[in-house]
Amino acid sequence: MGKTMSEKIFERKVNHAVQPGDLVIAPIDCAMGQDGTTPLAIKSFLDMNAQSVFDHHKIFFVIDHNAPSPMESVSRLHDEMRSFAQKFGISLFDVGQGVCHELMVAKGLVVPGDLVVGADSHTCTYGALGAFATGIGSTELAVAMISGKLWFKVPETIRINLHGTLQEGVFAKDVILFIASQLKADGANYKAIEFHGPVIDRLEMDERFTISNMAVEMGAKAGLMVPDDKTFSWVKKRSKRDFESVFPDPNARYCEVVDLDCSFLTPQVALPHRVDTVKSVEELDEIPIQEAFIGTCTNGRIRDLEVATRILSGRKVHPHVRLIVAPASREIFLHALQMGWVEEIVQAGGVFVTPGCGPCVGTHQGIPGDGWNVISTANRNFKGRMGNASAFIYLASPATVAASAIEGKITDPRKYLR
Amino acid sequence: MSWRGYAHKFGDDINTDYIISGKHKFKTLDMNELAKHVMEDIDPNFYQKIKPGDFIVAGKNFGCGSSREQAPRALLAAGIRGVLALSFARIFFRNAINCGLLVLECNTSPIQNGDEMEIDLLVGKIYDHTQGVQIEARPLPQVMIDILQEGGLVNYFKKYGSFRGV
Repeated sequence: MGKTMSEKIFERKVNHAVQPGDLVIAPIDCAMGQDGTTPLAIKSFLDMNAQSVFDHHKIFFVIDHNAPSPMESVSRLHDEMRSFAQKFGISLFDVGQGVCHELMVAKGLVVPGDLVVGADSHTCTYGALGAFATGIGSTELAVAMISGKLWFKVPETIRINLHGTLQEGVFAKDVILFIASQLKADGANYKAIEFHGPVIDRLEMDERFTISNMAVEMGAKAGLMVPDDKTFSWVKKRSKRDFESVFPDPNARYCEVVDLDCSFLTPQVALPHRVDTVKSVEELDEIPIQEAFIGTCTNGRIRDLEVATRILSGRKVHPHVRLIVAPASREIFLHALQMGWVEEIVQAGGVFVTPGCGPCVGTHQGIPGDGWNVISTANRNFKGRMGNASAFIYLASPATVAASAIEGKITDPRKYLR
Repeated sequence: MSWRGYAHKFGDDINTDYIISGKHKFKTLDMNELAKHVMEDIDPNFYQKIKPGDFIVAGKNFGCGSSREQAPRALLAAGIRGVLALSFARIFFRNAINCGLLVLECNTSPIQNGDEMEIDLLVGKIYDHTQGVQIEARPLPQVMIDILQEGGLVNYFKKYGSFRGV
């Protein structure tokens, strides 16, 4: 019987055959923690009386969720991360360097075939590189830092085949919102997803990360893609590590195969307060908005800012709308500066905040007011997610968010892209 | 090992932002402080309703969303002994076990808000004394039972230094 990518990665790590459902103790290739989860991991590390880390080259800390610090208690927690990282020689990406999930892939820290854990649910983003990457909690991060190993249940895999050709104005975000609407928020619980098909083949890496990033919104443990020339060119530009890619066997056993035709897909919008309640933009009644947000580990990358600029260039953000932009990394911000995109977006009335998570997690930099409608490129629209439980969050692609910012209401972006 | 407490009923897809929202969890590692805010965006007075040893009873996909371990830790600090749900999101499920919060997958539909519950972990049985029904829980893997018996992953790892029986 053939094997899926996930099964092959676990087999290679444990040096014996595995089946879905098997429990294994596997060595990890790297571990990541951010400022919402690492301080608690450090506490668990100290509570376990640990004296050392298994390999400081394989651990990465990122201060991105609440950066720069909005209050003294947060500053203290950030300092704990800095002291710990310095003591053990761990690389720490500090305020302004970007969102953890962008840094892990853009700095070449993850390569195809890796087994990666991160104390953040969107660690599944790296699946787009053909790695098995999954979210864990703080105490498991502490155990991973100490021992370099964790126990895993080898997951079953859902295969999603994405057929057809995306229309102009329809993006990776629209595809994954559509998938979420089909599978639902628990549709892939405890399972891995493999994304296949011509739609994936044609997407650039930036856009593939958008899709793998949101695998967890269906409960998936990982969201993998088969490495190809685009993957290899991305990795070789960024990493000196040797790697051996894994590919699924043609006769691999999937617990479910989902075939979706994306040719007829239109821009999609997830409605408050669920990621899996999704409508096509033209089905919506007029929805006025007060805040628009472009950024996050889902959609804060170069192609995202490029399409937003195309739409905003020479136009003005609606006077009732606050448009906030958070590039996913310093490098992306610098690229946007060099290309003149930052000037165009600021001239249009947009506001740039520090590269990082921006207002996505409700801690700072754009907490909505009571009753506000927000349209965002983020991956979650739970009630209260952005810091105010009486706001309403809609999720869409950067193009839809930019077009909506101009019109002051949720808007189909296609007329701005023809 | 058996525990008794009262049921607080919730619906499907209770995410970790609802359990403890980002605006609170980033500020502090003081779980007694975070405990005051559990579930506040969907039930503002929930903390006041909890008696130590109570259980949350929910529908499917409890704990979906963010990987924040503050979610099970804040529930424990608020007095919640365990969560019974039709299904759990996987990161929350692991985090709960690792913190010593009981989590059992079972058919929760017979249980009503306020029912008196008794949980027997080792035999995997749940008794609803108010309704007079007995519910089977899905068995946990041995490694999870061992972690729970040590009171969480910190104690377990301190004692054994690695995972056993996997």
